[in-house]
Amino acid sequence: MRPLTDDETKVLFEKLTKYIGRNIAHLIDRPDEPYCFRLQKDRVYYMSEEIMRRATPVGRRNLVALGVCFGKFTKTGKFRMHITALPYLSQYAIYKVWVKPNGEMPFLYGNHVVKAHIGRVTEDMPEHQGVVIFNMADVPLGFGVSARSTVDMRKVDPTGIAVFHQADNGEYLREEDTLF
Amino acid sequence: MGRRAKNKQDVPLPLNQEKATGKVTKGLHDKLKHDATRSRKHDSAALKNKSANSGRQPIEKLSSSSSSVTKPSAKKPSAKKRAPEPDSDSDEEIDDESGGEVSGEDAVMRDVDDGGWDNAPMESDSDVGEESDEMDEFDSEDDEAVSQMPLSLLESDDDDEDDDEDEEDDSDDSMAGGVESYDEFDTDDDEAGPVTFRDMEKRSRKLDKQRQQIEESADQELRTAGAVVAGERELFTLPSLEQIEAEKEAPLDLSQIQLRIQEIIRVLNNFAELRAPEASRHDYLDQLKRDMCFYYGYNEFLMDKLLELFPVSEAVEFFEANEVARPVTIRTNTLKTRRRDLAQALINRGVNLDPIGKWTKVGLTIFDSPVPIGATPEYMAGHYMIQAASSFLPVIALAPQESEKVLDMSAAPGGKTTYCAALMKNTGMVVANDANKERERALVANVHRLGISNTVVCNYDGREFPKVMGGFDRVLLDAPCSGTGVISKDASVKVNKSQDDIDMLTHLQKELILSAIDSVNADSPTGGYIVYSTCSVTVDEDEAVVNYALSKRPNVKLVDSGLEFGAPGFTSFRGRKFHASLALTRRFYPHAHNMDGFFVAKFKKLSNKIKVSEDSFVVPTGSGAKTKQKKKKRKTAD
Repeated sequence: MRPLTDDETKVLFEKLTKYIGRNIAHLIDRPDEPYCFRLQKDRVYYMSEEIMRRATPVGRRNLVALGVCFGKFTKTGKFRMHITALPYLSQYAIYKVWVKPNGEMPFLYGNHVVKAHIGRVTEDMPEHQGVVIFNMADVPLGFGVSARSTVDMRKVDPTGIAVFHQADNGEYLREEDTLF
Repeated sequence: MGRRAKNKQDVPLPLNQEKATGKVTKGLHDKLKHDATRSRKHDSAALKNKSANSGRQPIEKLSSSSSSVTKPSAKKPSAKKRAPEPDSDSDEEIDDESGGEVSGEDAVMRDVDDGGWDNAPMESDSDVGEESDEMDEFDSEDDEAVSQMPLSLLESDDDDEDDDEDEEDDSDDSMAGGVESYDEFDTDDDEAGPVTFRDMEKRSRKLDKQRQQIEESADQELRTAGAVVAGERELFTLPSLEQIEAEKEAPLDLSQIQLRIQEIIRVLNNFAELRAPEASRHDYLDQLKRDMCFYYGYNEFLMDKLLELFPVSEAVEFFEANEVARPVTIRTNTLKTRRRDLAQALINRGVNLDPIGKWTKVGLTIFDSPVPIGATPEYMAGHYMIQAASSFLPVIALAPQESEKVLDMSAAPGGKTTYCAALMKNTGMVVANDANKERERALVANVHRLGISNTVVCNYDGREFPKVMGGFDRVLLDAPCSGTGVISKDASVKVNKSQDDIDMLTHLQKELILSAIDSVNADSPTGGYIVYSTCSVTVDEDEAVVNYALSKRPNVKLVDSGLEFGAPGFTSFRGRKFHASLALTRRFYPHAHNMDGFFVAKFKKLSNKIKVSEDSFVVPTGSGAKTKQKKKKRKTAD
């Protein structure tokens, strides 16, 4: 477990900004207690400093996880968000897409969101922007990247892709072996 | 959407019947039910015979024994009217009466006649005949109760308080003469008033009483007819040595074995009368053990262990319960949703569910579901966790408080850990440890899925605590065990456990429990508790381990676990004496509580120092004590 280097921090924050924009400040300056990011075996974890301090006695080889995993750095130095970051992403997301009940399961099985399944979209969403996907009951299901802006989306035919799939709750079951 | 389950428990059998055989599976249940009805029929048949012999006498007997509630004074007119009727008619009715369960329905009918339509007794009489013929077909009292309700027309007097008096009056009346005996038929008419919520309870109590009396009379009847029955039943004899040898070559089929098990249990329950003179109790038990090993597929070692634990008939219940899967239960993740909302969401998916019980506010039992319960969108969103009811218990006993530091020593797959974190509302810190790296994947996945952010997951041998970390407010040790409580989940336990395994496990458990105790900070303002639990029912892994901890660590004591149900732990077992406070521990059995076999003990740590002699103390490492002394206790030495 170690703090992130400047480069890593930059990559991580750039990625996060795609989803939560300026709300990233809320992750770092929290009113309740100070939180921090830590790197452990390529993975980035987000936890309160209290927990971080208390976990220091745990050896590097024995530490499996702490706090919430946000994602991992790939071998090429890019950052890949994991579904486990969803609670924070959904809390601070700027652009949101709500899918109808009939589109819930297709998305949870790892498919892109097609236009026919969209129930509601945030206004003025640009193209290729990180979006968090909710069902109509406001339960976050996953996140992805918008394929079209809100304006363009109206013109697409119903089977056209509206949001590219990146991560969904179904990965807890499908990817349990590789996710952690 | 109906929330009633199809596979709910069947109607309970009479207690004595069930006890006598000690069996609860479906097949046996049916058989018992059949027996019960047969005995009842036998009873009524006997009555019928008698009635044929002695005219009205049996009615008096039946009704005076079956109906406690009587109002003779109010019913005189009806009796008078009935008296002059022709004999043939009354005979027929007598048969009806005795064939049916109670005289209740007819009584009501007649009262209706008398009270309401005085001028038309004849046609109503024929009605009565038909009605009661129909009634003959039903043997259950419930039918009777139902049939009474709509007929209620007359007054509803309160006569609970003078039941006994009435009964005496009754017998007096009936002795006075045959005419009077018709009063008996009017006895039940007090119940004929309109059914209101106010008197419903009383009515049902009355019905219960009637039923009890009927059963008593049935029992009595059986006993008097016992001589005949005993003559019919051939005496059960144990197989000879040659037969046993022959069976080893070519085993009997299961139904015969099952029959023999039942026979032996019957003999053992009434040993003095039913034994064969040359066979000892030991012979019977040996044969029983052999048969049960074969029938249920246990190895001899485990069978011995379990038979030590229960009386024979209860042991059979235990084995039977192990053949049936426990219901699937889920725990609501209170960090993300509420139980009511979750139940509604699942019901909308067609799931049949109910709360587990009064003792938990977060548990739901799933009866059946058209969708896989471990793959619904709610599950993936972390709204609930599939978790056995029994594994709620240690966490309830631990009762972690907000912003405490809690250690779960063997955490995977995380049911208890996540429950702890949910109770702490994601504050403080939960250290989830497990020795098995593969199982920790599931642990991490569950922790993240349920949205828990206050955990540290680490991979140590539990015995390395408190060297790694100490000073916890509470420690939960769900020790690795032989799994004799969860045979219904993993039947391989039946055959793959031996004394060596148990020895190895108990040794590990003893080491772990000392580590757990040493990891706790006794000076914690809110905590200082340790909960030890296993999913095993053997005394070696439960009470013996706790007793060992009490003797090795005099600075802990057992406290009440806060679980209001469950059997108390043993304070002595087959000559071994345990500490008296072991009665505070709790045992749970599959046959008694419909959850996995489980054991929970809760300790409170009183001091961080262990008093060795008058003036020397030992302070184990890591307990969070400020003043550490030089002498250190080696944890693994024990």
